This record gives sequence, C-alpha cells and structure tokens, in this order.
Amino acid sequence: MFDLDRWREIFQSINKNRLRSVLSGFTVAFAILLFTLLFGIVSGLSNSFKDAFADDAQNAMFVRVWKTSKPYKGLQTGRRVQLKNKDYEYIQDEYGNKIQYKSARIYKNFTIKYKNEASNYSVMAVNPDHQFLEKTIIDEGRYLNERDLREKSKVIVIGRLLKEDLFGERPALTKRVNVNGSSYLVIGIFSDEGGDNEERKAFIPLTTAQMMYGNNDYISQIALGYNPNLSLDAAIAFGNKMERDLRSKMNIHPDDQSALSVRNMAEANKGVGQFMFVLYLIVLFVGSGTLVAGIIGISNIMIFVIKERTKEFGIRKALGAKPASIVGMVVQESVLITTIAGYLGLSLGTFVLAQIGDSLEDYFIKDPSVSPGIIIGATLTLIISGLIAGYVPAKRAANIKPIEALRAD
Amino acid sequence: MIKIEKLHKSYPIGKDSLHVLKGIDLHIKEGEFVSIMGSSGSGKSTLLNIVGLLDVHDEGNYFLNGQLIKELNEKKAAILRNKFLGFVFQSFNLISYKTALENVALPLYYKGMNRKERLKIALDYLEKVGLKDWANHLPNELSGGQKQRVAIARALVTKPKVVLADEPTGALDSTTTDSVMDLLKDINDEGMTVFVITHEEEVAEQTKRIVRLKDGVIISDEYTKAAKAV
Repeated sequence: MFDLDRWREIFQSINKNRLRSVLSGFTVAFAILLFTLLFGIVSGLSNSFKDAFADDAQNAMFVRVWKTSKPYKGLQTGRRVQLKNKDYEYIQDEYGNKIQYKSARIYKNFTIKYKNEASNYSVMAVNPDHQFLEKTIIDEGRYLNERDLREKSKVIVIGRLLKEDLFGERPALTKRVNVNGSSYLVIGIFSDEGGDNEERKAFIPLTTAQMMYGNNDYISQIALGYNPNLSLDAAIAFGNKMERDLRSKMNIHPDDQSALSVRNMAEANKGVGQFMFVLYLIVLFVGSGTLVAGIIGISNIMIFVIKERTKEFGIRKALGAKPASIVGMVVQESVLITTIAGYLGLSLGTFVLAQIGDSLEDYFIKDPSVSPGIIIGATLTLIISGLIAGYVPAKRAANIKPIEALRAD
Repeated sequence: MIKIEKLHKSYPIGKDSLHVLKGIDLHIKEGEFVSIMGSSGSGKSTLLNIVGLLDVHDEGNYFLNGQLIKELNEKKAAILRNKFLGFVFQSFNLISYKTALENVALPLYYKGMNRKERLKIALDYLEKVGLKDWANHLPNELSGGQKQRVAIARALVTKPKVVLADEPTGALDSTTTDSVMDLLKDINDEGMTVFVITHEEEVAEQTKRIVRLKDGVIISDEYTKAAKAV
C-alpha cells in the first residue's frame, strides 16, 4: 500500500490511459454528485419543516373556545363558551404531571404610546411560563415573573419591532409607556423567530389584565406544554382526553369542535415526522440506487480495462510478476480512481448545496447540506466498491495462464 | 541446465485432445546455444512455453537448474521465471506506455530492486544492445530491430541462466535478423544458455546445436559447423 514504486506504476498507468481513467472516474463522480444533491435537498426540506414550527414550542398545546355548534343537554347552539380561571386550575389539578409549562392567555388590542409616538398593538396577558411556550427570546431586561402576577404589577414586555416603532434607537428599558390610558413600566424587550408580527406584540401579567379590563376571571385561551417525556402517541392521547374532559365539564357536546378544541403540536409533529421519515426512505432508496449504478458502471469499465490489459499482465507475469502483485496493482488503481472521483463529486455536490444556501427557500428548501456521517459513509462505500470493482475482474485476469494472456490482443 | 525426460503435452479440443508433445527427451547444458527447428504445428512453441514455465506439461519430468518442476503455482512460477529465465518474443511484447528504459527495468522491479539502481542497470543493458540514446523513447517510436534489441536487453537484465527466444527474428528483415542473431551469439559467448525457436534454416545455422522437431517428437539433434569451429 505504501510502496512508492507501486504508486509510480499506478500513476503511470492512469496517466498514460487518461481517457479510460477519466471515464471510469466520471461515472463515480456523477453518482456521488447526485447522491449528495439528493440528500442535501431533503435535509433542506427537513430544515424548512423544522422552521415552520419554530414559532411555538415543539410540545405546545392550545385550548381554544368559541361558540357551540351543536345543542347539548337543553342548551342551544350559538352559545358563547368562556374559559375562566377555574378551568385553568382544573387542568393544573387534573393533569399536572403531564404538563411541563402552562399559561392562560387574554388577547387585547391597545394603543401603546411613548411621548409623541403611538400605535395600535396586540397585547397578550399571560403567565410567566408563556415565555417557553411561545419561544420568546429575551434580548434585554427580563420576562414576566410570578411576583408580577401576584402583585398585579403594571409592567410590560415589548417586542423588538414595537420598541423600534416607539423608541427608535433610544433605550426603552425602565421607561414608562401609556397602554390604553394607564402607565406601564417596560421591563423587557424580546425577539421571536416566528416573524415580524410576533415582534410587534407586547406581554403583560394575566392578573393585571383581569383586574384592569373587566375585573373578571375570564381567559381567552389556555396554552400548555406537555411533558416532553411523553411519547408522541401518549401526548396525542393526553390531548384527546383533556378535550373530552373539558367538553363534558363545560356542558358541551362531545363532538363540538367549534365550541372547544385542543390544538396539539404532537399531532403535527407526528405527521411531519412520518412524512420526513418516508421522504428519507425514498431518498435513501434512490440515492443508493444511484450509488449502485455508479458502482456497476465502474465495474463494467474495470472489466473492459482488464480485458484490454490482459496481454500486458501476461508480459508482466513472464517477467516475474506474481498474481498478487497484478491484483494489487489493479485494485489500488481502481480504489484510487473511485476515491478521487468520488471526492470530486462530493466536493462539487457540497459546493453546489452551499451555493444554493437559502436561495430556494420559496420552494421549502432551506440551507441544504449533507451531514458528516453521510459523507463518511459515502466515501467508505466508494472505497469498498472500488475494491470490489477492481478485485473481481483482476483476480480472474491474474489467474489466466501467462501463455494465454500473451496470446490475447 | 535444462533436462527433459519423456515429456508429454496435449491440449483438449472439444471432446478430443490434441497430442502435441509425444515424449521429448532433451538435455541442454549450461552455456549451450540451441535452436529448435520445426514447421508450424511441430510442437516447438509448446516446448518453449513449458521450458519457460508459461505452460505446464502433462507427463514426464522437467528439471530446471536441477530443480524438478512439478505442481508449480503461479506465484512460485513467477519467482522462478524472474530468477532463471529471460524471454524474447516474436512480437517483442514491450509495454506500450513505458519507455525503452522502463521496459528494460521492469523485471528488476519484480525482483524488488529500488528504482534508482534498476534504472542504472537497465541503462547499462540498453547501452550493451546499442540503444542508450533511445532510452526515453516509447516502443512505437522504435523500429522492429530496435524493439527486439530492447526486448533482449529486458531478457538479460536480471542475469538469467537461460534466455528463451521464440522466433526472435520472425518479424524482422534479413539485416536486422543478422544483428539480432549477432547479439544472441555475443550473449552466448559470455556464457549464457540461449534457447531459440525458429523455422528459418539460416537462423538455426548460426546456433551451435540444432534440434529438429516433427509431430511432437525429436527427429534429429546435432551440433552445427559453428559449434565445431570453436
């Protein structure tokens, strides 16, 4: 393997038979190029899907209410369903061990004003856990905490773009803003990967909102994060059970989706997971097919090459070459060509993927790339296939009697 | 050097077999210059291939340098060929993509000699056959006579015990034939055993001993005038 003379023989043979070497290399390079591109594009698709769900936590669940669409127990359709604090507490008592995060939500739209700048913004009154459910990223200051809720403090956490609207480049932290006529202290500024709309929001304590706006215990929506130790199936079952329990507790028809529903990310995750799994299977199948075609291609060329060189092997044997030395020479040449060509294909593939980058995001392909594991796997496959492609025909050629080999043309 | 006793060889042709060598007895001593004469089909090439370990015999004994040749595998045969035998073929059999010098150096590569040393020795041998200036030419840039001289240099470079030449002049015109034969004579004069196969009377006459073969048997074996002259 590390015999310099052997390498010299191989380089000479490759160099003097360039067309042949380039042809066999091309097959492999092309196969690997396709393989890399396929895997890259699927990983790009997968990235897009992950991003689409990046706004909320992967384990989020939302309890939503609206009007009843079915009569039940003497109650009419069109009745407005209202979540209250006791429903929130019920969920906590009933399913505490299956829940990681929980927060109630009240949606409001208020004019927020700072000095001469004012505009209308969506304001959400929440519990501290909401930060994790919405994947809110705190850039400055802090998020709401339990003390804010206990004391019903008039504090506000504002989005990055909302801050820019009102404050521009000026600092906003510890400043007071006017929300619907009352003064709130800015305690934090956040960003969110969910997009610009998410960053034009503001959060205030749930209890403050209930006291200030209506003085009741109403809740618009309940957001939960199920226990991440639950399997997807268990999480889905949990969501379904909670939905049934809440409907029966609130006198809603068991099948009334409109009145109360639980939106469960576990269901979406399961769907996406299955979709990606099937996609990977297909690509693995197609990709392996491409690789196999490449390997068969190089095997074919090697068979032809060895036939062409039979006489040369005969001469070499007459001059004292052992069969092993001939097999070794051919195999080493084959491995060298496949490895170099494969590497070229791989590099070209990763280069193309890098060039694509985020430019195909409109087609749901984001940041396509291949993992090192796949690269190593493909390289190993190539070396092994080069080995086999060279070994089988070379072994046969080396065992031909020299007298027959010499007669060959 | 070469001792053959009751050698038989047949080739299968379909269901039948063609009996090519029918009991050959031949003893060639070290330093002899022998030619095997015979028309085509007489079995002379088969005899050379067996002597050259390129083919195996069916029956009888073959001793090369006192060693009984029997059930050789390819690896052992390769070692023996490299050590004891040098080949010169009718069609030269040079490797087309190697220069004259590299062709001559190739047997030394299989001997395991390092590159610098083997190129130096190969150049000496090319000089010996008068082709030093052509060392870096490819075979297709050489004339037939030059190619055969390169092949002879390649056959000699390992200092073999026996040089086997299969119709060495078969593809050459009369002038180059003479120069190649002169070269073989020189080699023989240096003490090397030379074993030539030919169907040309003029070529055979330049050797010291002519063995005539017909239908797989030796019909005559005599020393030539050239041998008596010495």
